Amino acid sequence: MVERIEETGKAHTTENLVEIHSLKKYFNIKKDVTVKSVDDISISIRKGETFGLVGESGSGKSTLGKTVVGLQAPTSGEIIYNGQNVLQLDKETQRNVNKEMQIIFQDPHASLNPRMRVGDIIAEGIDAYKLFKGKDRTNRIYELLAQVGLRPEHAKRFPHEFSGGQRQRIGIARALAVEPKFIVADEPISALDVSIQAQVINLMEELKESEGLTYLFIAHDLGMVKHISDRIGVMYLGKMMELSNSDDMFRNPLHPYTQALLSAIPKANPRAVKRERIVLQGDPPSPTAPPSGCRFRTRCPHAMEICALQEPQWKEVEDEHWVACHLY
Amino acid sequence: MVKTANDQLFRPLDPAKQQTDVIERPSLGIWKETFLSVIKNKLAVLGLVLLLAIIFLALLGPAMVPYSASQQSLTNTNQPPSAEHWFGTDDLGRDMWSRTWQGARVSLTIGFVAAFVDLILGVIVGGVSGYMAGRGKLGDRVDNVLMRIVEVLYGIPYLLVVILLMVIMEPGITTIIIALSITGWVGMARIIRGQILQLKSQEYVLAAEKLGTSHPKIITRHLLPNTMGIIIINLTFTIPTAIFAEAFLSFLGLGVQAPFASWGTMTNDALGVILSGQWWRLFFPAFMIAMTMFAFNAFGDGIQDALDPRARK
Amino acid sequence: MSRLLDVNNLKVNFKTYGGEVKAVRDVSFHVDKGEVVAIVGESGSGKSVTVQTIMGLIPMPPGIIKGGSIKFQGKEILGVSKRELRKVKGSKIGMIFQDPMTSLNPTMIVGKQIAEGVIAHQKLSKKEAKIKAIEMLKLVGIPNAEERYNQYPHEFSGGMRQRAMIAIALACNPELLIADEPTTALDVTIQAQVLELMKDIQKKTDTAIILITHDLGVVAETAQRVIVMYGGMMVESGTVYELFENPRHPYTWGLLNSIPDVEGPEKKKLIPIEGSPPDLFSPPKGCPFAPRCKFAMDICVEEMPGNFEIGEGHLAKCWLNDSRAPKVEQVFAREEEKAIAAGSEK
Repeated sequence: MVERIEETGKAHTTENLVEIHSLKKYFNIKKDVTVKSVDDISISIRKGETFGLVGESGSGKSTLGKTVVGLQAPTSGEIIYNGQNVLQLDKETQRNVNKEMQIIFQDPHASLNPRMRVGDIIAEGIDAYKLFKGKDRTNRIYELLAQVGLRPEHAKRFPHEFSGGQRQRIGIARALAVEPKFIVADEPISALDVSIQAQVINLMEELKESEGLTYLFIAHDLGMVKHISDRIGVMYLGKMMELSNSDDMFRNPLHPYTQALLSAIPKANPRAVKRERIVLQGDPPSPTAPPSGCRFRTRCPHAMEICALQEPQWKEVEDEHWVACHLY
Repeated sequence: MVKTANDQLFRPLDPAKQQTDVIERPSLGIWKETFLSVIKNKLAVLGLVLLLAIIFLALLGPAMVPYSASQQSLTNTNQPPSAEHWFGTDDLGRDMWSRTWQGARVSLTIGFVAAFVDLILGVIVGGVSGYMAGRGKLGDRVDNVLMRIVEVLYGIPYLLVVILLMVIMEPGITTIIIALSITGWVGMARIIRGQILQLKSQEYVLAAEKLGTSHPKIITRHLLPNTMGIIIINLTFTIPTAIFAEAFLSFLGLGVQAPFASWGTMTNDALGVILSGQWWRLFFPAFMIAMTMFAFNAFGDGIQDALDPRARK
Repeated sequence: MSRLLDVNNLKVNFKTYGGEVKAVRDVSFHVDKGEVVAIVGESGSGKSVTVQTIMGLIPMPPGIIKGGSIKFQGKEILGVSKRELRKVKGSKIGMIFQDPMTSLNPTMIVGKQIAEGVIAHQKLSKKEAKIKAIEMLKLVGIPNAEERYNQYPHEFSGGMRQRAMIAIALACNPELLIADEPTTALDVTIQAQVLELMKDIQKKTDTAIILITHDLGVVAETAQRVIVMYGGMMVESGTVYELFENPRHPYTWGLLNSIPDVEGPEKKKLIPIEGSPPDLFSPPKGCPFAPRCKFAMDICVEEMPGNFEIGEGHLAKCWLNDSRAPKVEQVFAREEEKAIAAGSEK
């Protein structure tokens, strides 16, 4: 079974499950045109926590997630899993580490092979690692289906017969099949209806408890990120802008970009005191030619001269509250 | 306000009756659903029926009459269609019915064999190329070499290949098949490569990779089954193209040689007698070519519509 | 306030090889001049089909209008000829789609696409139309409008394209603007821009807006009245205050409980709506929501509930509002204890 973490109330053990050091992922899209999707990012994800990663399209949050689980090779930098550098492992250990890090995708339609039956989809990892065979395999499939709230008879069905939320459950069951410890959830609820989003979020929280999982939860919906995450990182054009625990982030956002993001969330309360919304002007600049200095400066309401000249440092302004901004 | 309902019914519902996760529709595989959807398409069904009829008659047609395709009867030349000779006879007194279906055999054989060769070569080359692309330096090089070969072949007109082949080989079915195959598979290879490239970045393929599925298994479980649709669609269009190419080559005299009958040679033979009122000589082979083209295209269109995910509800 | 749009008992079916799907079942609502009405619902609830029917955009076949009427400024527009429809709606109803890329012509400069609409409906000369188009681009907040006039859609970013779409829709001074999930495909900060813009324009031009969305936050911030749709039916409708503060349909409760509370200091468990949306191939004979409803009664699966009038203009299609039904405490995420009580009741 999965190794359980010592529960010490709400506080986490400071042991890091995943550490990312100066990770860079560049894409050459044309000669001389490079997109720095992930540009020198260092974060650590603690055992048993949910680390929320937010950002708009083009921020590089998905690339970061895919690179961390090893679906893409980083341009440079280190990824440490459980104290081991995953980029320098022998084949055997690599395969084991690979098994422990899984990913759940955004699009419940594109993430399931339409020609396969749900049972075989879920058994993908079981077959690859030869975990179970014959009757045991079938039982394991049923067990996984039950774990995500589906029925045994669903194993015989094809993906297109399911609704979006059910498909996402199938994707989760597929990842669970190899008993992972770390799951990157790449916008797992963005494509789902509101009433279904809550189902999937609750399921993910339950599984985190019962299976002792650690999540990297990627999303653009700040409300859900706040709900599910212990700590949150905000990305903009390949850079980390701010990082803190989720309550601090919402109570006291430091970076002007975070402030704008938070104020952009529409409140589901018609009588909400309409506080002045910070509406950012313009669009995010093209990732192929990010602005000099601070990448956010072109849309920043507080931009100063220094912002164009010098890249702000990544500082711990308050306890466990990091920000990259010249205001601090 | 609201029509009165039975008071007894205002009590909590037995939760056992609330099963929303039960799927009521019968479970259908994608192929079964495709089949049902094709069946609903009248034109496609017509195409399929015609196709089956043509295949049936090609197999059994000549045996239905007492005359073989090459049997001459100089006392019975140029007969119009009658109870004796259903499609009439030609200038050597050969039975046109028998010859037409003999020709159908030639046409269908060429069509299916050429398409089969296209399929094998196209899937192998396109599949390898698409799968290797983007996999390191070696992978890119393999893809590059294969695609350059494809491009070169794509530029050669098949007529040229046929004529060149005639120099070293006898004209006939084999030569036509070889000629059509040499140039024909590149289209299939390109389509397969494009499809594989696209499928490779699909999330379910990434998930399989992440779950440790081996490369051969990814190809056989995920990539190939999902290219089947496009392969079938492509086949329903390459087969009639090959058939038409044969008819055209035979018509030019570059194809099937006497005494073998083919729709192309029959139309060619009929050219000289169009004006003398022997309409059946031209009509039957030409009509069959047209019907076959129509049948394949109608059926192919039907399959294409059926496999289009946007059309599925 | 004058009545702009009046939809009555609209029924729309779709023919598929699996049978007829009842996409819209007996929908009635109205829009007054200058008002913002939001239609909320999940995919398959029939919200998009409803507005597409108003716009005459339903392909027939497979669509079949089974009945009902749609009156725009008192004139029937359902079932009239295409030409007549164009005369009525073309200049007076504009539409914005979710994905601007599919509704803009990629081979035509954006400015021309706006000018074309102007020329078609306002009988202006080409020069005047160009001036008007640039004016529109400025109105929707596109910088360097003169330059942008000559650019193609692919040179615009997602948010800008949506602005251009809005400009096209507004170019002929419509009385009613139908916005089908206008911000769903956009990033949060861009969504805020577009919403501000729509509110701004609504104030300036007094255009009525039908806003289709699944985001209750967007609804609360922009709409005056809300229609909640489920399984092709309107399950609840009323003013935005009524809907958010006194919802009377379990589906509306479920929607409200599914959104995380951003402002509260503590983390509360979300209460999702269990189950999946109904299969419209074989809709249940009773309430479409009954199979997922925590409070379902025998009557709910036996008989379709009627519209219960809760208050002025507030209708709820739910048997719980019948005097004979047991009193169910309304569940609200913000009232934690009640929520837990309701949860254990199940």
